[in-house]
Amino acid sequence: MTTRRVALKVLGGTLGAGAFAYAAHPMAEWTADLSLDDVLRKHYKELTPEELAQILRRIEAQTKELHGVDVTVRDLPAQDGVLFGYALNLSVCIGCRKCAEACHVENNHDRRTNNSYIRVLEMTQGSFDMERGTADYDHEVPAPGKYYMPVQCHQCDDAPCVRVCPVEATWKERDGIVVVDYDWCIGCRYCEAACPYHARRFNWTTPEVPAAEINPDQGYLSNRLRPQGVVEKCTFCLHRTRAGRLPACLEACPTGARVFGNLLDPTSEIRYVLEHKRVYVLKEELGTRPRFFYFFDV
Amino acid sequence: MPSANTRAVSRGMATAEAAPVLLTRVCLVALSLGGCSADRAATPRAAPAAATHTTTIHIPARLSGVPSSAPDARGRPGNVACVTCHSLRKPAGLPTTMAALREFHQGLAFDHGKLSCGTCHEVGDQRTVHLADGTRVAMLDAIQLCRQCHGPQARDYDHGAHGGMNGYWDLSVGDRTRNHCIDCHDVHAPRFAPSVPVLPPLDRGLARSSVRPHGADRSAP
Repeated sequence: MTTRRVALKVLGGTLGAGAFAYAAHPMAEWTADLSLDDVLRKHYKELTPEELAQILRRIEAQTKELHGVDVTVRDLPAQDGVLFGYALNLSVCIGCRKCAEACHVENNHDRRTNNSYIRVLEMTQGSFDMERGTADYDHEVPAPGKYYMPVQCHQCDDAPCVRVCPVEATWKERDGIVVVDYDWCIGCRYCEAACPYHARRFNWTTPEVPAAEINPDQGYLSNRLRPQGVVEKCTFCLHRTRAGRLPACLEACPTGARVFGNLLDPTSEIRYVLEHKRVYVLKEELGTRPRFFYFFDV
Repeated sequence: MPSANTRAVSRGMATAEAAPVLLTRVCLVALSLGGCSADRAATPRAAPAAATHTTTIHIPARLSGVPSSAPDARGRPGNVACVTCHSLRKPAGLPTTMAALREFHQGLAFDHGKLSCGTCHEVGDQRTVHLADGTRVAMLDAIQLCRQCHGPQARDYDHGAHGGMNGYWDLSVGDRTRNHCIDCHDVHAPRFAPSVPVLPPLDRGLARSSVRPHGADRSAP
C-alpha cells in the first residue's frame, strides 16, 4: 500500500515541478531590454519626477545599446490653457499620402510594413461610409469620382479605447491627447477592437527602423521606439506639439488641407475653421466626441 | 451636454439645506465629479500666452526667375533670373496666346481661366505686375493679384485655413512660415496635376482592402 501512495506523491511532485518550470519559463528568456527596474516600476501617473527622469535615461541608454544611436527621450507635460484640435479640409486633400509618409518617418514606424498612424481612405463621392473606403489604392490621385479622407486618432473626449483598457495603460491627457504607456501595455488589443476609427496599431514584431533613420527627438508617450507586443497610436506628434511645433503630417501636406491649433484660443486657426466652415466629425452617432474635424470649403 | 459643475449645483439645490452645509456638499460633489470625469481639465486654464513670434510668407524663387533643368554651380535646382535673358532683349509687346511666344518661355503651359499674359504682366518689366484696375504692384506682392478673383481662398488664407505652413502653431514659442500661393499652385496652370501616392500600406490587415464593409465578402485573404 505504501508503494502506491509514494508513487502517486512522486508523480504529483514531478508534475507540479514540471508545471512550475513551465510557468517560470519566460524568466529564462529575460533579455537585456527588460531590466528588473522595468518590471518593478510604478504606473506612469504615480512616478515621481526623479523616477520618471531615471526611466527616460534608461530608455536612452537602451537605445544606445541596442541601436547605437544617441536619442533624447523627453516627457513634455501638457500645457495650461491648451486643448489640441485638428481639422482636415476634404475639398483639397488629393490622397497623395504624404502625411502618412511624414508620420512614418517622424514616429519611428516599422519600415517593413510601411506603418503609419494615418490611413488615407479613398472614398466614393456621395458616400460618407468610412467602412467602404479603401486604403491600398495604387493609381494616380485624385481619381475621378473619388475623394480622400485621411483617418488617424480622433483624440475622442469619450474615448472607447481608454474605457476598455484593463490595465490603465492608455488615458486622456489634460491637453486632449490620448496616450499609451508602451511599458505598461500588455498587448491585449481590446483598445484596437474598441476604436471605431481603426486608429490603433499593434506591434506584431519589434519595429525595424534602420539606425540612420531613427528620429532622435523622442517622447516617452509618443514616438520612442516601441517594443514588440504593444499598441500604439497617433498622439498629434505630442513631442513636437507640446513644444509649440506643428505636427509632422501638417507640415508635409502639399495642399494645406490640415489645420491644427489650440481650441481654447479664440484667435487660433482651428477655431476659425470650427466657427466658419461646414464641419463634421466621423461617426458622430457613436458619441465619442472627437477632437478631429473634417470640413469642406463650400 | 451639462458640465460637471452645473450638474453638481443642481444636485446641491435639490437638498435645500443650510447654506454652509450646502456649499460644502456642492464642493464635494463637484470635486468627486471632476475627479471621475476623464475628459475634463484637472487644473484651471491660463490664458494663451501672447504671440511674440512672427509669421512670414515664404518667397518662392519662381517670383524672380524661372526654374531650369540644369542645376546651379552648387548642385541646387537651377533657377534662371528674369533679367538674365530679358536684359538683352526688349519685348515689343505681350502676346495673347502661348503659341505666339517666339523667344521666351516657349512650351509654357497655360491653363488659368480666360486670362492672358497682359492681365498681370507689364511689358519689359519683370519685377512688376498689375492689378485689374492698373495699379502696379511689386512681383514679390503677387498674392494681391490672386486675391482679386479668389476671395474665399484669400479670406481663408488670412485665417490660416488655406495653404500649408511650417514651424510653430504656438507663436509664443517660435516663428511660422506660411506658403505663398505659388508655392503650391503654378500660377500659369493652378490646378494640381495628378500624382502617384507614396507609402502604400503593407500591414497584414490591409492585404486586399483596408477596412472591409461589415457583412461583405470576406473570402479575400
